[in-house]
Amino acid sequence: MERYDVLIAGAGVTGGMIARELSRYNLSVCLLEKENDVACGATKANSGIIHGGHDPVPGTLKARLNAIGNPMLFEACRQLNVPHRRNESMVCAFGPDEEPAVDRLYQRGLENGIEGLEVITGDMARQLEPALSTQITKALLIKNSGIVCPYSLTIAAVGNAMDNGVTLKRNFEINKIEKTDGLFTVCSANGETVQGEYLINCAGCAADKIAAMAGDGFYTINPRAGEYMLMDKSEGGRVSRTIFQTPGKEGKGILVTPTVHGNLLTGPTAQAVDSGDSTFTSAQQLEKIQRLAAKSVPGVNFRQVITSFSGVRSSVDGGDFIIRMSDKVEKFAHVAAIDSPGLTCCVSIAVYVVDMLAQAGLKLTEKENWNGTREDPLAFSKMDMDQKNKVIAENPAYGKIVCRCETITEGEIMESLTRQPVALDLDGVKRRTRSGMGRCQGGFCSPYIMKLIAQHTGTDMTAVTKNGGSSYIAVHKL
Amino acid sequence: MIKHDIVIVGGGPAGMAAAVAAYDRGVTDVVIIDREDTPGGILRQCIHNGFGLHKLGQELTGPEYATVYAVKVAERGIKVYTGTTVLSVTQDRIVTATGREGIVQIQAGAVVLTMGCRERSRGALNTPGTRPAGVFSAGTAQKLINIDGYMPGKKAVILGSGDIGLIMARRMTLEGAKVEAVCEIMPYSGGLTRNIVQCLEDYDIPLYLGTTVVEIHGKKRLEGVTIAQVDENRREIPDTRRYIECDTLLLSVGLVPENELTIAAGISMDRVTGGAIVDENCHTEISGIFARGNVLHVHDLVDYVSDEAERAGCGAADYVKNGVQAGEYIPVKAVGGVRYVIPQHINRNATGEISLFMRVAQPSGKARITARQGETILATATKLKTAPGEMEKLIIRPGLLGTGEITVEIEQL
Ligand SMILES: Cc1cc2nc3c(=O)[nH]c(=O)nc-3n(C[C@H](O)[C@H](O)[C@H](O)COP(=O)(O)OP(=O)(O)OC[C@H]3O[C@@H](n4cnc5c(N)ncnc54)[C@H](O)[C@@H]3O)c2cc1C
Repeated sequence: MERYDVLIAGAGVTGGMIARELSRYNLSVCLLEKENDVACGATKANSGIIHGGHDPVPGTLKARLNAIGNPMLFEACRQLNVPHRRNESMVCAFGPDEEPAVDRLYQRGLENGIEGLEVITGDMARQLEPALSTQITKALLIKNSGIVCPYSLTIAAVGNAMDNGVTLKRNFEINKIEKTDGLFTVCSANGETVQGEYLINCAGCAADKIAAMAGDGFYTINPRAGEYMLMDKSEGGRVSRTIFQTPGKEGKGILVTPTVHGNLLTGPTAQAVDSGDSTFTSAQQLEKIQRLAAKSVPGVNFRQVITSFSGVRSSVDGGDFIIRMSDKVEKFAHVAAIDSPGLTCCVSIAVYVVDMLAQAGLKLTEKENWNGTREDPLAFSKMDMDQKNKVIAENPAYGKIVCRCETITEGEIMESLTRQPVALDLDGVKRRTRSGMGRCQGGFCSPYIMKLIAQHTGTDMTAVTKNGGSSYIAVHKL
Repeated sequence: MIKHDIVIVGGGPAGMAAAVAAYDRGVTDVVIIDREDTPGGILRQCIHNGFGLHKLGQELTGPEYATVYAVKVAERGIKVYTGTTVLSVTQDRIVTATGREGIVQIQAGAVVLTMGCRERSRGALNTPGTRPAGVFSAGTAQKLINIDGYMPGKKAVILGSGDIGLIMARRMTLEGAKVEAVCEIMPYSGGLTRNIVQCLEDYDIPLYLGTTVVEIHGKKRLEGVTIAQVDENRREIPDTRRYIECDTLLLSVGLVPENELTIAAGISMDRVTGGAIVDENCHTEISGIFARGNVLHVHDLVDYVSDEAERAGCGAADYVKNGVQAGEYIPVKAVGGVRYVIPQHINRNATGEISLFMRVAQPSGKARITARQGETILATATKLKTAPGEMEKLIIRPGLLGTGEITVEIEQL
C-alpha cells in the first residue's frame, strides 16, 4: 500500500496551496481529490476577489489571515505566473441610510490593520468609475484589493507542488478513514487505499463528512450557493474596479467586477442548498443579479451574457474558519469552513497550517532544490510575432488556431494535456487554456479538442468527457 | 510583407463566389484564407440536399455545392491558404494570419470579409439549471455526426425551429436517436416550410410552438429538461411546465454573424443585422474593405449567399482597378414592418441593377413590399405570405435612382 507522510483531502485552492507549501520540505505528500481535476469545488466558481481585509470581524482568524494573506497571495501569483491584477475595489452606499455602513467598514478595516482605505464621496467615486450609478452617495475605496483567476491559481499551485514531488490522485472520493498504529488508512469509493501519518481535511463543503469519518465531526457545513452571470469581453471595460454594495437585507450584495481575462462578472446571490454539488442556477436568482447589478452600474448590458454558473460556500454557524489540529484524533488537521475570503487567504492558511503541523510534530527540513516558480502557461500568447514564428517553426501546432474566440492554438492545448496537473477532460483543457470560454462557449472547438484528447490518451472519442465520470459527450461511433 | 490584390477572409460559399467573380472581372491576384483544412465552410457538414436549386438549377448536398465552387476556384488557379486563421485586418488592409507555416502579413489591395456566422450558445440563452454534458449547439452536433462520425446522444429535445434545428431533428432520427420534441419560443417556426414538412412531419416529430426550455437537469450528463409555454412577451405561463427525459439538448437558437475581425478593424456596424454597414457593392465604410455572405446578414439559402457575394467580388475588383467610386450616398431605411434592408446606403452614381435584401419583422398573409424614394416607387413586389425566416428581395432597375432617402416598407393586403 502506498504510504505518505501527509495526506491532503481535497484539491481546491486550500488543499492545493497547502500541498505547495509542504513541497518545500523533505516529505512525501499526496493530494486526494474526488473529481477528475483540481479546483472543481468552490474554487472553480467564486468572485475571484483578492479582498483587502476591511470586512472580517476584528479578532477573528479570517481578519488575521486576510490581512497577512493579501500581500502573500499577490506574491504567489507572481511566482506562479497566475493572471492577477490589483484593480482596487469600492463599497458603495446608496443614500444616507447606507452611509454609516461605509464608515463602519472603514473603522473595521483600520482595526484589522488594513492600509490604503479611503472614504470618498459619490462624485469622487464616479470620477474614478464613470459608469457608477448617480444614486451612489458615498463609498469606501480599497486600494489593496485585486482580482485573480482562482482555478488558474489552483492549477498552478498543484502543478508547482507536483513539480516539487507531490502526488495527486484524482477520482479518489474518500469514503472511509481508519486509524491504526498511528497511521491513517484512507479508502476511496472505487476501492483504492492510501496510508498517511498526517491527514489534512480541506474538503470544502464535504469537510464535515470527512471530519466525521475521521472521528471528529463536531461541526456541520451549511452550504450556501452563489449564482453569477458572466458577460462577454465587450462588457469587460464597464468598470475597472470591483464594485460592492453595502451589506444589506439581501446579503452582502451583488458585485460588479472585471475579471483578469477581461470579462465582466456579476453576482453572487446567497441561498441555502443541499450540498456542494448543488451548482444549479435558477431564473429567480439570475433575475435578481440583473436587478441588483444594475443598481450599482446601470449600463451593464445583460444581453452580452456568455454563461451563468453557481458556486457553493462551505459556511458554518459562527462564521469563522475552522483551522486547528483535532482534539480527538491525533495528527488530523481541520481546515474547514473556508468560505469567503478563503481564496484571498489561501497562502496565509497554507503557512498557518504547516506551522500548526510542525507544532504537532511534523518534521520539516527544507529541500535544497525547491523551486517555487512555475512557467507561464500563457507564455505563447504574450510573445511578439517574431518569437511566435520561432516557436511555430519548431512546433507547427502553435500556428494552428483551435479556439477562435479566445485565439488558442493546438500547441497550447497540447501543453495543457502534458503539463502537470494534466487536463484529462474538456473542462480541464478549458480551464487551462481558455479554449471554449469565449462567446461561442466551445461550439466550434470542442469536437477538435475531443479528438486531441482522444489521440493523446490513446482512447476513442467516446471516452472523452466534459468533466469526468459519466459526462461523456459522444455516445457511440457511427 | 507579401502583397496581393484581393484577400478573401473565409473560404465558405461566399468567399469562393467572391473570389471567382473578382477573378472573372479581371483581377487575377486573388487569395482565399480559411482556417479549416478544406474550404467550403459550414456546407461541408450539411450533407442533406436542397442546395443550389436557385443558383445552379439542380438540387445538391452541401459538400457537392461547395465542390462546384471549389472547382471554379481551382480552375482559375486561385490560391487558398487552408488551416490558416486571420488574426486581424487593419484599415489600411494589412491582413495578419497564422497557420502551421507561421504568421504571415499580407498587404491587400482590397479585402473581402466572408467569415460567416456562428450559433448562439446556451450561455447566451441563460437557461437556468445545471451544466451537464449533452447540451450542444445544433451545428456542433451536426459536425460530430457528419464529419467526425459520432452520435452525440440517444434521446433528444431540440430547442429552436430554425433550419438547422429542423435538419438536425431528421438527422438524429435517421441515425437512430429518438427526438422527443422540437420547441420553439416564437408562435411560428423560423425555418423554411419545406424543412418543417420534410424534417418533422414526415417523421412524426412534434413541434411545440410558443414553448421553451426553462430548466436543464442532470449532474454529469443531461438527464432531462423542463419545458413550458410562454406568452407573447416570451414570459413563462404558470402551470404549463412539463418534464421530458432526454440525454441530449440541441440548441438552434439563432445565428450571429461572426464579426470580431470587422469590429476590431473599426468598421461601422448595423445593430439589427449584426453585420457591417455596406453600399450596393458590399463596400463597408472603410475604403477597400468589403463584406458579404452570412457575416453581413444571416441567409436561409446558400444560393443567395453566392449570388450576393459575386457582387462583393466584383466590387473589390473594381476598387482595385479604379479606386473609390465618387458620389454621395443615399440612405436606405427599413420602415413599417421591415426589420432591416441591405445595403444600408447606395451610391447616387450607381449603375446597373441594384438588389435590396430584407427581412420582415412578423409573419403575415398577402402583403406588398415597396421601395420608395419620395413619391417615386423604385421597386415593389407582392407576396402571398411573408415570414421572418424567409429573406425578401427587390430589384431597382437602372436609371430609376433619384435623390433623397429610400424607404422600404411592407403593407398587408
Ligand atoms: C460564491 C462564492 C464567492 C466567493 N468569493 C470569494 C472572493 O471573491 N474572494 C475570496 O477570497 N474568496 C471567495 N470565496 C471563497 C473561496 O472560493 C473559498 O474559500 C475557496 O475556494 C475554498 O477552497 P477550498 O479548497 O477550501 O474548497 P473547495 O474548492 O470546495 O475544495 C474542496 C475540494 O474537496 C474535494 N472533496 C470533497 N469531498 C471529497 C472526498 N470525499 N474525497 C476527496 N475529495 C473531496 C472537492 O471535490 C473539492 O475539490 C467565494 C466562495 C463562493 C462559493
